[in-house]
Amino acid sequence: MFAIGVFSESRILDMQPFRTHTGKVAPLYRDNVDTDQIIPKQFLKRIERTGFGEFLFFDWRRSPDGRPDLSFVLNDHRYDSASILVTGKNFGCGSSREHAVWALLDFGFRAIIAPSFADIFANNCVKNGVLTVTLGEHQVAEIVGHANSTPDYEITVDLEKCMIQDKRRISEHFHIDEFTRHCLLEGLDNIGLTLEHEPQITAFEARRSRTSTARDPEWR
Amino acid sequence: MDKPDVINHQRTLLHKIWEEHLVCEATGEQPLIYVDLHLVHEVTSPQAFAGLRAANRRVRRPERTVATVDHNIPTEPRGTPINDPIAVRQIQALQQNCTEFGIPLFDMDSSDQGIVHVIGPELGLTQPGMTIVCGDSHTTTHGAFGALAFGIGTSEVEHVLATQCLGQRKPKNMLIAVSGSLPEGVGAKDLALGVIRQIGTDGANGHVIEYAGTAITALSMEGRMTLCNMSIEAGAKAAMMAPDDTTFAYVKDRRFAPRGREWDESVERWRMLPSDPGAKYDTVAQISGSSMAPFVTWGTNPGMVVRVDESVPEISDLKMDRDAATRMLEYMDLKPGTKMEDICVDRVFIGSCTNSRIEDLRAAARVARGYRVAGTVRAIVVPGSQAVKRAAEQEGLHEIFKNSGFEWRESGCSMCLGMNPDILQPGERCASTSNRNFEGRQGRGGRTHLVSPVMAAAAAIAGHFTDVRNWRFQ
Repeated sequence: MFAIGVFSESRILDMQPFRTHTGKVAPLYRDNVDTDQIIPKQFLKRIERTGFGEFLFFDWRRSPDGRPDLSFVLNDHRYDSASILVTGKNFGCGSSREHAVWALLDFGFRAIIAPSFADIFANNCVKNGVLTVTLGEHQVAEIVGHANSTPDYEITVDLEKCMIQDKRRISEHFHIDEFTRHCLLEGLDNIGLTLEHEPQITAFEARRSRTSTARDPEWR
Repeated sequence: MDKPDVINHQRTLLHKIWEEHLVCEATGEQPLIYVDLHLVHEVTSPQAFAGLRAANRRVRRPERTVATVDHNIPTEPRGTPINDPIAVRQIQALQQNCTEFGIPLFDMDSSDQGIVHVIGPELGLTQPGMTIVCGDSHTTTHGAFGALAFGIGTSEVEHVLATQCLGQRKPKNMLIAVSGSLPEGVGAKDLALGVIRQIGTDGANGHVIEYAGTAITALSMEGRMTLCNMSIEAGAKAAMMAPDDTTFAYVKDRRFAPRGREWDESVERWRMLPSDPGAKYDTVAQISGSSMAPFVTWGTNPGMVVRVDESVPEISDLKMDRDAATRMLEYMDLKPGTKMEDICVDRVFIGSCTNSRIEDLRAAARVARGYRVAGTVRAIVVPGSQAVKRAAEQEGLHEIFKNSGFEWRESGCSMCLGMNPDILQPGERCASTSNRNFEGRQGRGGRTHLVSPVMAAAAAIAGHFTDVRNWRFQ
């Protein structure tokens, strides 16, 4: 489907552009799915960006004895190799842990569709080439319905045209801010972009140190 | 978009800080905001430093970057070996990164170590008018000083390390006006839960909240920090309130606070920060401070709040999906109609970046004094920092807690998120002064009820939730 490089060594080279993606849709139709559920805290001690996929939704995917909980959607073989997650409102709320996005990406998700997303989570997605698609509650419910009832239900997310489409019924435009879209389409390294403004940053620092009492902390 | 501002020049606190920190706004890019203070901890930073190293980048302003260890460290006496090798590796990674990149670190053995959102203010690093970020969602805490402070992900941590700036969409501005005054026995934590109950867990998404009104100006700095801290649980990007004499009195003479003439100049500048009269907000909410009560959460998100004298809600009364409500009740092992005061607890946690400051500990100790923790309860008190711990010990609070049967621990995040050995066992029920009652947050299968420090102390002694307004202080 797609390869994940060794982020800790060469993340910048591996940030994948997102243009158009077609994939199977998995429905996790719950509101307020928090990042503690997406990746529980016991897995946050790793110092790498990779290898989090197996711990995605760990407490929901596995019973306390470690066996897969077959009632959980991502253990349903109908959704094996799904790469688009459709879910409820305020997805990704709570902790700022980017590990949540690394886990989703490592598991194979490239796009998430929901009525709304928590701010920090949505930012973290952009930085990792994961597209968050915000749609109305009715449209999300419709996609969930199809994903539940249609075997191997697939959607195409076209970021160039800002459209999501399935083979028959759904064809929806979605809104995304232009800068986010540009970053995803090009797989841009935001740090590189900001460093191009180095002269402005230096000028800002000089200007501020003259006109304000905001000084650097004096480390003694 | 910004036209109304240009016409009437009446700016909010947010707009003033934003404009003061705007580095540039290139066509087709997000506005670039300068970061005054970058707080770093062990959990969300290692991958950021690895990214810097891979790209051969340096930390642009190490003197404006401050690190500590708080999330995964044990709260057993310092010097006790850490049994978890992965936690050790993460702590060592931070030590190495700080050495390599020249970043000041308040390490495990430092007398200034503590929860990152406790030590920033107590060292005087947090000041009005600043922009502050940290790879931690509860960075909103620092907004209590009239600063713009928000949590960021690890990629953004790397961005700030490398550039001291962050590209940001200009957030919307929400005014929450809290009228009246909080009743006796009701504190900032109850107000925070009351706000989330009213506006919902996504009620402030995309917004920076500004709190105002008589109930806000009456709050101590500790109370203001508690309120701003919890605002992320309503989805807020950040939360803030106007700096005033209470703020300045707190900051004055702290280690990194300006001194002498610089102090006077700073205060003069800070007095210009409050929102101009008539400044416009994108969203406004009104809250009655006097209608607040001691609150307890019953569900698995911080919006599931009832007064302590109420009962677990009926599913039909909840504005949520029936299956979701059923699931929540099952996880919490609660039945609708059960009186909150009839719910027994196994554990009590007093601590976290929400409620581990000296005022919180004083309030809890006042409840505990002269009583014993119920035989069925295990209760721990975890000061937010070494400085809080010292202050509490100087006042003898630790003796009150220990004599009452509370465990007195070293500073850290502890059982708020259970990254260290302080966790709930499956099925255990906890009255917790922390900020999140998510499933498994304090330990898999653990059941968390969020409460204020006085409510937590009272629950520890009674063995069940009890209305602290009726407490007989000894």
